[in-house]
Amino acid sequence: MLQLIQIYVFILAGFVGFFTITRVPALLHTPLMSATNAISAISLVGSLVLAGADHGALPTVLGFVAVTSATINVVGGFIITDRMLKMFRRAPRSGGERK
Amino acid sequence: MTDTRTLFIEAAYLLSSILFILGLRSLTLPDRARRGMQLAALGMLLAIVGTVVHHDIVDYRWIVAGLAIGTVIGYPLGVYVPMTAMPQRIAISHMFGAIAATLVGVAEFYHLGNGGEVSRGVMAALGFEVLFGALTITGSFMAFGKLQGIVPSRPVTFKGQNLVSLAMFAAAGVLFVWLVVDPASPRAFYAMVALALVFGVSLVLPIGGADMPVVISLLNSYAGLASSATGFAIDNNVLIIAGALDGASGFILSIIMSKAMNRSFANVLFGAFGSPPEASAKTSQGLTVRSITPEDAAIQLAFARLVIVVPGYGMAVAQAQHQVRELAALVEKNGGTVLYAIHPVAGRMPGHMNVLLAEADIPYDRLKEMDEINDEFKNADVALVIGANDVVNPAARNDKSSPIYGMPILNVDQAKQVIVMKRSMNPGFAGIENELFYAENTSMLFGDAKQSLGKLVHEIKQA
Repeated sequence: MLQLIQIYVFILAGFVGFFTITRVPALLHTPLMSATNAISAISLVGSLVLAGADHGALPTVLGFVAVTSATINVVGGFIITDRMLKMFRRAPRSGGERK
Repeated sequence: MTDTRTLFIEAAYLLSSILFILGLRSLTLPDRARRGMQLAALGMLLAIVGTVVHHDIVDYRWIVAGLAIGTVIGYPLGVYVPMTAMPQRIAISHMFGAIAATLVGVAEFYHLGNGGEVSRGVMAALGFEVLFGALTITGSFMAFGKLQGIVPSRPVTFKGQNLVSLAMFAAAGVLFVWLVVDPASPRAFYAMVALALVFGVSLVLPIGGADMPVVISLLNSYAGLASSATGFAIDNNVLIIAGALDGASGFILSIIMSKAMNRSFANVLFGAFGSPPEASAKTSQGLTVRSITPEDAAIQLAFARLVIVVPGYGMAVAQAQHQVRELAALVEKNGGTVLYAIHPVAGRMPGHMNVLLAEADIPYDRLKEMDEINDEFKNADVALVIGANDVVNPAARNDKSSPIYGMPILNVDQAKQVIVMKRSMNPGFAGIENELFYAENTSMLFGDAKQSLGKLVHEIKQA
């Protein structure tokens, strides 16, 4: 059933997203994109149920492909986001000194 | 309804939603971002663990197989893909996300009696899910192809293209309405999926390389909305929340990118720069460019107090970011300061240049956004433009007939000396002549950016 409460949740989450993400600096826009992409791979949750439930052959196979695709994004997405964020470092440490 | 198992699942979902939001919030501060995203990954793990105990799951073989194969493919995509390939990496990941959402939608429809047991409300959700999902699958794949160089990156257009696209869009809309009225129409459903797949191709084909940042952001948003619609269809709040966060993020990024090009969404999507350049011959006639040798350029840089580096897509193509850092280290050793001016649409995706420069170990507080640095150019002794073109073209300020008129640009022309690194005098893909190259204080250093920077480093070391 489609419920009104779902629309509440969607709109409120959209607001939270809007106010959080407008404050992300341009510096981190690429990690932001890969992060949101990894997070939206939460559709894995739906795929898991589909692949494991007994709905017949076709839904199971589709579910299996969906689980695979979503897992690629979960695993690859979080790793690559971390790899990127690891690179962003502040200035003085070695070499060039700022006046 | 609320037995302990369901309670456990819902608690896991709630906690993971909170962790996702905290993770995104941490991205507002570079120093905390890494930790925050690790929390978000933990949230994902929680959601997965919560799900596998679900009542409906009776057989774990396919689940384990999918998780295993996905991990085997996903791990190298995370660990080994070079930073220079990030735009296409991101594009293809939108495709994977959309595949998951679309297949769940199709399977759900099929298993509910091919629509026979689907209520109208759920049908609306399923409809959105497969529409956004299917067009994101093919659209992202085309974007990937363009960025990877498999599909020509210049706009591919034909006569009446917009009309055809519009007709397909309208047809898909009609089928959507039909399905909501009568969900038990499998033919309409599968026809709609097919139309959306074709529409995705026709949406991205006419879009040129320089407009990619907008398209990637938009596809990011669509992939999120497809996930969210999945949540509506299968009544799952964590999906709705995560999808809404992704949708909002992609949407905001597309707006920022469009603004940075002074264009509307519609203009980016349907107004392709595609038509052959008309005004391009105008400024170049009778003007000559001054080229400079690496030796002379090195002298200018060696004695500069303030150097502002302006990177563009050319730097990414040449993979020259490490040479940039070497050069900067030398300038700094001589007592100069080096800053980096990053235009929002420099490169092929939002934040592209920042990631590359950070990879080369350039501290992020030297990377300046356009508004922050534009007043600094007049104090700069040298502005070093590495493979950037449209984002430094003064025509955006002066020439009303130019296609990029009104776009905010970096004030490179105000620097005392401008050195432009470029392969040749071929105008960029948009075919717009750049008067900066003919300015009196500009000298051109022709050649591959990586090699030229190498020569500069060599020369400065000699001096």
